Amino acid sequence: MTTTATRPSAAAAPVPADLRRSALPLRRRMTDGFSKGLMGLALLIALIPLGLVIYHVTSRGIAVLDWDFIIDDIPNSARRAGGGMGPAVAGTLLITGAAAAMAIPLGVLGSIYLNEYGKQNALARLIRTMADVMTGVPSVVMGLFIYVSYVLIVKEQSGFAAALALGCLMLPVIIRSSEEMLRLVPDELRQASAALGARRWKTTVSVVLPAAISGIVSGVMLAIARAAGETAPVVLVAGTIFTSNWTLDGANTTLAAQIFKNAGEPFPAAQERAWGAALTLMVIVLVFTVVARLISSRFAIKER
Amino acid sequence: MTVLDKTAQLTRKDRGRHADRLFWALCVSAGFAVLVILALILITMVKEAYPAFSADFFTSSSWVPNDPDGDGPAKPVYGTLAFLYGTVVVSAIAVIVAVPVSIGIALFLTELAPRRVRTAIVTLIDLLAAVPSVVFGLWGILVVAPALVPVYQGMHDVLGGVPVLGSLFGEPRSSGRTFMTAGLILAIMIVPIITSIAREVFATVPDSDKQAAWALGATRWEMIKGAVLPHSFGGVVGAVILGLGRAMGETIAVALVIGSSVQIAANVFESGYALPAIIVDQWGESTGEFTAALIGMGVVLFVITVLVNLVARFVVRRAEIRMRGASA
Repeated sequence: MTTTATRPSAAAAPVPADLRRSALPLRRRMTDGFSKGLMGLALLIALIPLGLVIYHVTSRGIAVLDWDFIIDDIPNSARRAGGGMGPAVAGTLLITGAAAAMAIPLGVLGSIYLNEYGKQNALARLIRTMADVMTGVPSVVMGLFIYVSYVLIVKEQSGFAAALALGCLMLPVIIRSSEEMLRLVPDELRQASAALGARRWKTTVSVVLPAAISGIVSGVMLAIARAAGETAPVVLVAGTIFTSNWTLDGANTTLAAQIFKNAGEPFPAAQERAWGAALTLMVIVLVFTVVARLISSRFAIKER
Repeated sequence: MTVLDKTAQLTRKDRGRHADRLFWALCVSAGFAVLVILALILITMVKEAYPAFSADFFTSSSWVPNDPDGDGPAKPVYGTLAFLYGTVVVSAIAVIVAVPVSIGIALFLTELAPRRVRTAIVTLIDLLAAVPSVVFGLWGILVVAPALVPVYQGMHDVLGGVPVLGSLFGEPRSSGRTFMTAGLILAIMIVPIITSIAREVFATVPDSDKQAAWALGATRWEMIKGAVLPHSFGGVVGAVILGLGRAMGETIAVALVIGSSVQIAANVFESGYALPAIIVDQWGESTGEFTAALIGMGVVLFVITVLVNLVARFVVRRAEIRMRGASA
């Protein structure tokens, strides 16, 4: 195709085909180059906003971010300058931590069911599909769900309600990522353990889980990072406060909720606080993401 | 002999048997939690939202949630058409912008980039996915929206006179908080998810097909066009639908940049509202039936996103099965 093949005839010996790129017709070469250019352009289009977001959040956030900002109370009038995000930092750590404490055991046990017991049976397939579907449920819907099924019953907006909502959002993510990791554990390990006389649960807890733990941890960290940035459920069920509340009872707030609240305000002081909170949140999320990546790349099980 | 005793011990009915059953039960109930939560979402929310579902709910575009004249004859109206419209328009813009970009990146990663570059770019795209949506919203409302107004104005000046396009690209809002801005911000947010699935799909294209294309003397683009794309069409469609589902449910970023006005406007440079956005915006001031109406919109959103996700998973799975058959 690249060149017109010369028919071997009695007179001439076969000429080797010219396979050099320059031998291609100009039109084909240009389409090829053009398509590669477009792919590179697509990449650039996606990376520019990323760069800009990071640049703006860092440059505007760094101006307000200091130790006082992280521990001071939130001013109860949005228009007042100064103050900090102390309650929101506390709330973010507390609520995300509580959500993780609920979702991790449930998620890991669920993934053990899917990979060690259910495998490909009907129930396991149903749960798998539904977990995928649950991943797609918008966070605002999860907030509404916790509102009608918990807040309306105890008649109080609380940090615990927010933790429940975030836990529900984390659960399917943890189930699916942990299951992927469990699947990578070689069957030989299970068989060896069984051959030594260990029971199924013993095999799972002391052989399979330790083998997959790094992958599971990294998946969990990513889920936590996502949950820390969730806003809508917190806005709906946690209420709001201006002084730190280190308990799960009573109203609470998070960095994400404060960014949302302050971003819509026309006052420069509020917007500055929003940028500061955004930088704080980005740092928290980034730390979790980077740690997750490190764990998964350092201790990854070799894919079979 | 002791050996015989040991053999006997292997089949002994010990406490370990109960531990086994207990552990199994724990795991199954954890798995069931997913099903229970999904069922509860539907049941509890429909029950709470029931009073708000009326004929107006789906057919009216007028949203008058607070009783206009106290105990007078006028009643509050909860018409959600304007929000549905906004959600559809914004998601459509997001998908139209994000799909070519995502497919381009996925192709770049699977077919073009050397291994080193690939891991670096995958990390960057993951980073894009890790940025919380509220941060995109903040950036959108304070940086992007004002910056885009002159661009919108320019597009309006050029295209405003053209018959059909003119009504789409009308006079822009001076705040820059518009359908278009919301769509663009959403596009950035759904690029990572579409890219990652499209990448998986492209990676399943059998090497033999690609090598066949190379052997016929195809250029890289011809190889992609002839071997990769036809093979992965179904999977890519699934990825796009998943991205659409994500776009429809995205709340905070849209709530901040869409401009919060209840209207149905063809002009994409006009401000509007979306289903999830109105829920968080008006949650604080709602009571009684008003709250029920907001929860009702949550139900609509839930049903839409579940359906979209189911369809997407179905499409992806079918495509995967077909591909596995082809490569075997």
